[in-house]
Amino acid sequence: MTASKQIYFYPIWLRIWHGLNALGIVILILTGISLQNIESSFISFNSAINLHNIAGVIVTLSYFIFFIGNLLTTNSKYYIVKPKGFIKRPAKQAYYYIWGMFHNMRAPYPLSEKRKFNPLQKYFYLIVMYLAVPLVIISGIALLFPEIIIENIYNFSGIFVTAIFHSALGFFISIFLIIHLYVATIGKSPTANFKSIINGWHHI
Amino acid sequence: MKYYLLFIFIIFYCLPWHSNAQSYLDAADHVCLKCHSNQTYTFHNKLMDSEEKKLMNPYYILDTMALALGVHNQFDCMDCHSYEYETYPHASNLKLEPLATCFDCHGGDESFASYQFEKIAEESEKSIHHQIYGDNFTCAKCHSQHTYAATARTSNDVLKIVDYSNKMCLSCHSNMNKYQLVSGQENTKLIQIHEWLPNQELHFKHVRCIDCHTEVVDSLMVSHNILAKEQAVQNCVECHSANSRLKASLYKYQNLQKRSENGTLNTVLSNESYVIGTHQSPFLKLFSIIIFLATLVGVAIHIIFRIIKK
Repeated sequence: MTASKQIYFYPIWLRIWHGLNALGIVILILTGISLQNIESSFISFNSAINLHNIAGVIVTLSYFIFFIGNLLTTNSKYYIVKPKGFIKRPAKQAYYYIWGMFHNMRAPYPLSEKRKFNPLQKYFYLIVMYLAVPLVIISGIALLFPEIIIENIYNFSGIFVTAIFHSALGFFISIFLIIHLYVATIGKSPTANFKSIINGWHHI
Repeated sequence: MKYYLLFIFIIFYCLPWHSNAQSYLDAADHVCLKCHSNQTYTFHNKLMDSEEKKLMNPYYILDTMALALGVHNQFDCMDCHSYEYETYPHASNLKLEPLATCFDCHGGDESFASYQFEKIAEESEKSIHHQIYGDNFTCAKCHSQHTYAATARTSNDVLKIVDYSNKMCLSCHSNMNKYQLVSGQENTKLIQIHEWLPNQELHFKHVRCIDCHTEVVDSLMVSHNILAKEQAVQNCVECHSANSRLKASLYKYQNLQKRSENGTLNTVLSNESYVIGTHQSPFLKLFSIIIFLATLVGVAIHIIFRIIKK
């Protein structure tokens, strides 16, 4: 094995965004769950609403850091998906996680200066950051100003549908977070990737 | 011949003109409504031998459509009011006529048992209205005998039920003239008093005043014990939770429950929008718990393999 190599994957703006986003999302998930199960909640309804609103604004603002940062820097290239091997590549990565890594298989898509994310990671990040998070922000803003929501969608109240949509997306993001945190432990050592996102340097 | 006459009589009796003569919808031909459904009325002044046109007292103008749709639409004016009203000018002593109260008809009658009028009377006697105004606060202060419709029992639209119910309260509480009749105060300041309520307008459209301002009684369709404002619900969680008090009030009507049972989509997404988030739908709640547990199990199995294969 070659000597450990480090790449500066995470510039300071990205780490600030990631930190703010992580803090916001965790608060949103905890308060979001507590709002749905207020009877068995550890936090009062009014505080949960206030915290949820504040954290929602934090995540919205930090999303702009992410979006503009990717627009202005070369970081966006890591998110580009090529049509070739559209299904095959992430499937290969999934196979590695489920089977290969326990059978001494080498990682099919080792990270390098050219590749920050493996194909599966790329797909998930794309879906979460360019679809789920923007939609959860939009539906969240709508619920913050419910008078702007259309009154009825077929037989259902518009607010009801928006609330279901918002919390279903929130749930999806929560599941992503669990998987994201777990997969992050599959690094050089279980804590290596967590150190990387703080100091910016990734061990290859 | 005898049968022939009987047949003619039956035909004559059943012909529509007979019942139409006093229909509320034919206001122009109705002895009372030809005046009492209009802004102005005309009469012949015998003393001066002249035709006179006058403005109708706005409180005595009746909405003929609402009359025709009201629960008492099968009754005619003279069933409750003195037949002497047929002449004009109305005799002054008619103002003192003792009118029938609701209980003269509805009290102790088995055919009205399901409406629980006695229980309603008992509850409303505890209410703040009765405490302040006593027996003068009659049923009719909220439920106009002329136009009342049992919307909560018949409509399958929550918004319509809420609108109809709140208009009963607002007919006095946003009308200074009528409000003074009972309270003597000048201004109700509804908007300012409810300023603490987030999204006030939405709450006013989607929840009835009585859902927060009454003591919920499970055995009654509509609670009639209107509480003093200090005792009104101000705790969001009382409604915004799985065991919301709205389940025992606004959402307990069978006509609404039936609606939520209709259609396949509705069984997946029940329309109980007072609980925040996905968990208002039992199906989505179960679904999310299964996915969450499956994720945890998946992660746990992966960890075990990582430890074993290390």
